[in-house]
Amino acid sequence: MLKARVIPCLDVKDGRVVKGVNFVDLRDAGDPVQCAIAYDAAGADELCFLDITASHENRSTLLDVVQRTAEACFMPLTVGGGVRATEDIRKLLLAGADKVAINTAAVNDRAFVKAAAEKFGSQCIVVAIDAKKVGEARWEIFTHGGRRATGIDAIAFAREVVALGAGEILLTSMDRDGAKTGFDLALTSAVAGAVSVPVIASGGVGNLDDLVDGVRIGHANAVLAASIFHFGEYTVRQAKQHMAAAGLPMRMD
Amino acid sequence: MRVAIVDYGSGNLHSAHKAFERAAREAGLERDVAVTSRPEIVAAADHIVLPGVGAFADCRRGLDGVAGMVEALEESVRGRGRPFLGICVGMQLMAARGLEYEVTKGLGWIPGDVAAIQSNDPALKIPHMGWNNLLQRRPHPVLAGIETGESGLHAYFVHSFQLFPAVADDVVATADYGGPISAIIGRDNMVGVQFHPEKSQKLGLALISNFLKWRP
Repeated sequence: MLKARVIPCLDVKDGRVVKGVNFVDLRDAGDPVQCAIAYDAAGADELCFLDITASHENRSTLLDVVQRTAEACFMPLTVGGGVRATEDIRKLLLAGADKVAINTAAVNDRAFVKAAAEKFGSQCIVVAIDAKKVGEARWEIFTHGGRRATGIDAIAFAREVVALGAGEILLTSMDRDGAKTGFDLALTSAVAGAVSVPVIASGGVGNLDDLVDGVRIGHANAVLAASIFHFGEYTVRQAKQHMAAAGLPMRMD
Repeated sequence: MRVAIVDYGSGNLHSAHKAFERAAREAGLERDVAVTSRPEIVAAADHIVLPGVGAFADCRRGLDGVAGMVEALEESVRGRGRPFLGICVGMQLMAARGLEYEVTKGLGWIPGDVAAIQSNDPALKIPHMGWNNLLQRRPHPVLAGIETGESGLHAYFVHSFQLFPAVADDVVATADYGGPISAIIGRDNMVGVQFHPEKSQKLGLALISNFLKWRP
């Protein structure tokens, strides 16, 4: 039986983990590779690196991080942030990423999603959607960290990028991101019900019941969280045990 | 002992390379693992691995694009019976035909076609993406010591198409996803896995090490 996935996400800037990770005795908690190895050992089902490096020149640092992670962790790795051209995708995949998340570039140019899926296969193209609630059962795509409205309906956009070849949707609620009040379950379930590909719920996890709700009520196929794992509130294993105890199919290898 | 991982421009082989090296090291095996696009190295290898990601037709074109590679594979795998492992689309290429977007000839080593996953549950998501169990249909050396079944270890899958073998006995293991998915196929010295052993942690490294020890 296919299992629900738990995906820790690390924000990486100039090759270093932003804010650091303090859940285990790492020699260097700012090194993404060491954090990745620790999450691998803790039973994470996949890993996600989100690159927030501002300058384009420092992209090579990220590629080095991806390469060293792929050498040390035999688990799937998704990398997002600043992916604007098929050349960016090619470099990340060659460095060892299994999937690449496209965000703003997909909003600006839908044809890019199609080109990427045709060139590299849908299985490695994730479209990251940042959505904000704008009305009753209505969500809109926002860019620039939730500051810029686009007027694009999130559910219609999700359908569109899947039709263009996206193999997975990483769905973040900008209202919930950092709020620790749980996923936007109405948004998650609306998108999960609208598309034929897997959906990763993101934004708002405050406790382990939120993860259960994301799958059970939001119908997400995977749940992504950052701070609850990084700051040692819960381990990935505790999260998975909790979800398994709630009756969800989890991988406990 | 030499292991050749065939490089024909389909995706990144770095992690596969590292996974094979680590599996060999952990099993205490002396193995020289090479990622190569040279047919003569493939022809001289003791174990041959054919990876593959993306679309069937693209992979077939990529393989044909390396002069002499298909001939080297035919001679080594079919002619001399060298142990062979196909991974993901590399496994699908073992089939007679691929029916993804267009009809493409496979290597024709396993009778059957590669077609879209047919689910009896419309709510099921495609691609089949994530960790699933292996349901063993018959014993095979690559599964030695690996706990299978719904309470066993997991393998990492990501695919929308699957191999439908014409001969039931070619199926070594399935995964359950709205019906049986061909997870491992095997015939003589050839084995193919739909999942990614190089991404499947414990199960993956154990399967790779079993393959490296295999003397069919």
